[in-house]
Amino acid sequence: MIPEIGHFALIVALCMALVQGTLPIIGAARGIPRWMALARPVAQGQFVFVVIAYACLTYAFIHSDFSVLYVAEHSNSALPLIYRIAGVWGGHEGSLLLWILMLVIWMLAVTVFSRHLPEEMVARVLGVMGLVAVGFLSFILFTSNPFERLLPAAPDGQDLNPLLQDPGLAIHPPMLYMGYVGFSVAFAFAIAALLGGKLDATWARWSRPWTTVAWMFLTCGIALGSWWSYYVLGWGGWWFWDPVENASFMPWLVGTALIHSLAVTEKRGSFKSWTVLLAIFAFSLSLLGTFLVRSGVLTSVHSFASDPKRGLFILIFLVIVVGSSLLLYAWRAPKVGLGGSFALISRESLLLANNVLFAVAAGSVLLGTLAPLLVDALVAVGVLGQSNKISVGAPYFNTVFVPIMVFAVFLMGVGPVAKWKKASVPELAVRIRWGGAVALIVAAIMPFILGHWSWLVSLGILMAFWIIVTVAQGMMERLRVHGDRPWSERLLSLPKSFLGMQLAHLGVAVFILGVTVIGGYENGKDVRMEVGDTVEVGGYTFRFDGVIDATGPNYEASRGIISVFKNGTPVMELNPEKRVYRVQRQPMTIAAIDGGFLRHLFVALGEPVGNGAWSVRVYYKPLVSWIWLGCVMMALGGLLAISDRRYRTLARKQRESLQEQSGTANVALPSAPVLTRAEVKS
Amino acid sequence: MMRYLVPLAVFVVLVGFLWKGLQLNPGEVPSPLIDKPAPAFSLPQLGDQTQKLATADLRGKVWLLNVWASWCESCRAEHPVLLQFAKTGEVPIYGLDYKDSREDASRWLQQFGNPYVASGFDGDGQVGIDYGVYGVPETYIIDGNGVIRHKHIGPITVQVLQDEIVPLVRKLKG
Repeated sequence: MIPEIGHFALIVALCMALVQGTLPIIGAARGIPRWMALARPVAQGQFVFVVIAYACLTYAFIHSDFSVLYVAEHSNSALPLIYRIAGVWGGHEGSLLLWILMLVIWMLAVTVFSRHLPEEMVARVLGVMGLVAVGFLSFILFTSNPFERLLPAAPDGQDLNPLLQDPGLAIHPPMLYMGYVGFSVAFAFAIAALLGGKLDATWARWSRPWTTVAWMFLTCGIALGSWWSYYVLGWGGWWFWDPVENASFMPWLVGTALIHSLAVTEKRGSFKSWTVLLAIFAFSLSLLGTFLVRSGVLTSVHSFASDPKRGLFILIFLVIVVGSSLLLYAWRAPKVGLGGSFALISRESLLLANNVLFAVAAGSVLLGTLAPLLVDALVAVGVLGQSNKISVGAPYFNTVFVPIMVFAVFLMGVGPVAKWKKASVPELAVRIRWGGAVALIVAAIMPFILGHWSWLVSLGILMAFWIIVTVAQGMMERLRVHGDRPWSERLLSLPKSFLGMQLAHLGVAVFILGVTVIGGYENGKDVRMEVGDTVEVGGYTFRFDGVIDATGPNYEASRGIISVFKNGTPVMELNPEKRVYRVQRQPMTIAAIDGGFLRHLFVALGEPVGNGAWSVRVYYKPLVSWIWLGCVMMALGGLLAISDRRYRTLARKQRESLQEQSGTANVALPSAPVLTRAEVKS
Repeated sequence: MMRYLVPLAVFVVLVGFLWKGLQLNPGEVPSPLIDKPAPAFSLPQLGDQTQKLATADLRGKVWLLNVWASWCESCRAEHPVLLQFAKTGEVPIYGLDYKDSREDASRWLQQFGNPYVASGFDGDGQVGIDYGVYGVPETYIIDGNGVIRHKHIGPITVQVLQDEIVPLVRKLKG
């Protein structure tokens, strides 16, 4: 009964999405206030029904209802509760449902936080999101119904993929999807602006916080995914350039460009059509990512259950959404105008260069990801011969990606100190010369202190310190302004958006340091160890004390006991495991990691090699946690930026001016009561 | 106006490729090498560099050539299947470690287990190019006369073993 309720709720949600995707948009075009006013309540209603559907599927998982095909395929009675809840998104159908859940959460947020926006804008934004929801709800209902019954019911389920049975992965997809889907808001704002023909600084100010929040979630989501691959997939790598990783990384790159481009549009009114294009691209790449992962056109460990029929559906959806947006863009963007002019050297031009670099980076990742597919298609139609088949792996991406980022980091130091509109090169050079000198000196000396010289390490350190020094310089210049006031007061009086930018840039520096140091000074050994054998790595002594059998809720494990000594005193015991999950019989290596701020100790069991001896891998990984720390700092920088006071004061002002308008205008806007309530509250 | 159409044009081209790609199964690309003699190679082995893995030495028996690399995630997915299959002793599996570093590759085998009788180390990918390797992993079935009889692109699953590889190997062994 419960699954049927869920199925029915999805159908109701689809009907509501159809209303939301049509009437408010038509209403906005024809100026029919009552149709526009439908957007909010319908979106909220849709939220309720999608939540019901999601709750029903979760219920079926928690109660192990194996008469539901999807549950039988992705759960098991022995699966711990937490993974039964997370198992909802452990397969294709459930991930889609999660996607839609995220979409309606974003919609609800728009209905709540849009009181200061003109009614037409809200109607269009929610209308566009409604259309996206129509696409995904029909996709799920017509090709991937998670509530399909299995009769007779399975005696027990086939269990969740052991790779996914991990706390990191339990929260990775929701975070990632929050980011993916969050770009639909920026996208909807862009389309709404194109439809309305009004693209100005206020528009940029409205879409900015939404874009930043989506970007924050995506940043966290990607970082979590990387963290997960580090210790679950891991022999210590943290990024594999897998098609699915790339699928999440491309929207991130474009989203980063979009954040910077929106800043220019808001502050200077420039880059308008470029900003709109980026907003369209960021969401299109999210959809493309979904297509690549779900259709099975590329092989990847992530692409569970791929099906050409589904692929065709997403492709058609992609064509409709992206095609019509780009058509709309081609039609309306020329009328938007170019905005304020700027000189060849100015903060605008530097930010434009940043945008181009990020777009090129995203393009090259896209090319690398799709290369097998492109070549395949060309071979199939006879343009290329069989001999032209290529393979693309990490070497391609590193060669192409790193140089682009080196330029981007250089700009990151110069951009924030350059003046808007027109900056002079000599003045810029004077302002950055000390920062540059300090960074160069540190880069020349640091590798020797860390161990040994390497050009790559030196370059990484140069980039990181270039950012650190320029950030520090920017802070100092701002803090010097009211020199008479106490230091802490001056710091607090700085705009939050400025502090957010600085923190995020600092995060990039921390990230680069992590990547550089781990790349240059990682220290590891693969050894055959008998009971009592010791091995020394990174100043620690590891003693192998044997392997014992252990039993988990749904797996059997061999658990290694490794005592770690520093200077002869025992400091800890590490327990790496080899697990075999009972249902899927897939062996899993669970590394034992002692996480520290400055270093990780990483121990993994290899294979038994007879006589109680095992091959053991022991690693000393300096600064590896900085990779994720940097990502967290970037995300926190975003959080700080959206807490900036000007978004709130602006919202209040707009609410007030809207109210005046509705008071004087001859059409009584139906939203007036809502506005009054909002006024009372604030 | 025209320049605003550029993104749309790029997108249309992309969709063309995606549509074509959808009709192709990445695991079913015909190889021009099927039923042709396997390109000869003699490579240093992965573990012991002084030892060679050479096609000439494998004449007279049916064997599998599995192209893998430590950087390849899909190889991880097929690895347990290969390990299990190697234990059955049905057919010897030889590895071609493609565009990899010795350290990474050795470590990889140490951690995940080694299903290969031996692996040739093809660091610069020259042998891979001879074989028309286009995506790792790939698996070739080569008969006693040194002729490639079958090529599978993408990870080997239990299904693939049952439906494609084992029947053909048994047929070739006669």
